[in-house]
Amino acid sequence: MQALTQRAKAVDRKPMTWWEKLYLPSILKGMAITFGHSFKKRPTINYPEETRPFSPVFRGLHVLNRDEEGRERCTACGLCAVACPAEAITMEAAERIEGEENLYREEKYAAKYEINMLRCIFCGLCEEACPKDAIYLSETFAPSNYTRKGFIYGKDELLIPHPIQDPEGYAKAKGLNN
Amino acid sequence: MNTILLAFDLALFLEKLILIAVIIFASLGIALYTTFAERKVAALLQDRSGPNRVGPFGLFQPFADGLKLLMKEEIIPNTSNKFLFILGPFMAMTAALMTCAVIPWGNQVEMFGRTIQLQIADINIGVLYVFGVVSLGVYGMLIGGWASNNKFSLMAALRGASQAISYELAMGLSLIALLMLTGSLSMKTIVEQQMDSYWNILYQPLGFLIFIICVFAECNRTPFDLPEAENELNFGYHQEYSSMKLGFYLFAEYIHMFIGSAVMSTLYFGGYDVPFLDESTLSSNVAALVGIASLMAKIVFFLFLFMWVRWTIPRFRYDQLMNLGWKSLIPLALFNMLLTGALILAKSGL
Repeated sequence: MQALTQRAKAVDRKPMTWWEKLYLPSILKGMAITFGHSFKKRPTINYPEETRPFSPVFRGLHVLNRDEEGRERCTACGLCAVACPAEAITMEAAERIEGEENLYREEKYAAKYEINMLRCIFCGLCEEACPKDAIYLSETFAPSNYTRKGFIYGKDELLIPHPIQDPEGYAKAKGLNN
Repeated sequence: MNTILLAFDLALFLEKLILIAVIIFASLGIALYTTFAERKVAALLQDRSGPNRVGPFGLFQPFADGLKLLMKEEIIPNTSNKFLFILGPFMAMTAALMTCAVIPWGNQVEMFGRTIQLQIADINIGVLYVFGVVSLGVYGMLIGGWASNNKFSLMAALRGASQAISYELAMGLSLIALLMLTGSLSMKTIVEQQMDSYWNILYQPLGFLIFIICVFAECNRTPFDLPEAENELNFGYHQEYSSMKLGFYLFAEYIHMFIGSAVMSTLYFGGYDVPFLDESTLSSNVAALVGIASLMAKIVFFLFLFMWVRWTIPRFRYDQLMNLGWKSLIPLALFNMLLTGALILAKSGL
């Protein structure tokens, strides 16, 4: 029969020689190998303390963006929810009333904006669909939780910190610090 | 007169009682940390970091493990023989701990105006005692496996019993050669002889090789861990055990390792003897402390060796195990015995 690759090796079924039957030489050889490994560098990353660096295009947890003045950019058009292949996004729109111009950039805004992180596949299509640059995928991921409910992220979790009131948090969320 | 005699006995009694308590707790503590060391060594040899979450460097890990075992539900199978089922781990633990009675942990210390021997009992048949007690350890395994009323446990128990008996033979034969040299069965005398001259390993390299292989087999350590055989017999004889009864079995194994290392150090590596150091120049207490440290260092080395071998080589097949025991080690031990006898005879000038 033709072998599929050139690497096939015939199994050696010769009876063991006296030297091999001693076992000890090969055991010592093996022990030298394992001992050598104890000086090797560990590939372990001690997770909560150390993290693996993400690539700049990593698609992680969503962020609802604000503009320079700290106004929410989202206008609740629903394009992200339509684009979402996993149907993870739900929103409820509301109209901006007089005196809320410093809160919302557009005349319509999302009163409720929820993403179910258990449904989300982190494809980034919402990001692409958004005409207002309001939703971004950040370089973090959803932390573990005890309940399914805990994975439904509302506006309070998604909204980026205010750039004027909380510049540090804003910079951190934008990834400007590192 | 009577009261004086009684007082004397009471002091001796107290001294021994304290010594027993210290040694038993020390053995338990060391066994506790051997479980931790095993995981750390395994990690070391496999490029991992090992347990490092509980306390600094994971040092409290064994307590977390122990607590976990204690908290687990105690399950006694319906079809088991309940009395024997409970007796099994108890026997294993007792037999494992009993051996430390005859090991000289150090020379004597002077305390409260008394000279205290750091050995629970210096009996003149120390080596035989160790053998006797080690053989008792088989019962823990056998009873546990049989009482579980489970075919895998029974199979493992039978494997363990036949393995222990086969390797005890070679072990005894390798020791006979050593005893021909020392002329004494007392552990203390054997150590003292080695302090005056060279360690027995120099006279008995082959004997030691056979002995250490047999100790591996007696402790059910890889490559001879057939009674446990996680991947064929689902943990073998302690498969049906849970909670602290399982903990006792696992613990007994580590105590066996510790005692096995102590016996090897005592018989072949000079016990509490420090090489190239004349202990008589030191004061008695300092010498004893140095001696204990020296013995512990030797024990730690052997414990590391146990782990090192475990995480290096695979398990023997059962026929290979039996072949090695009966067809290689026993003839080799007999040959070693003859050789030793001939050399002794030649040296004494025929």
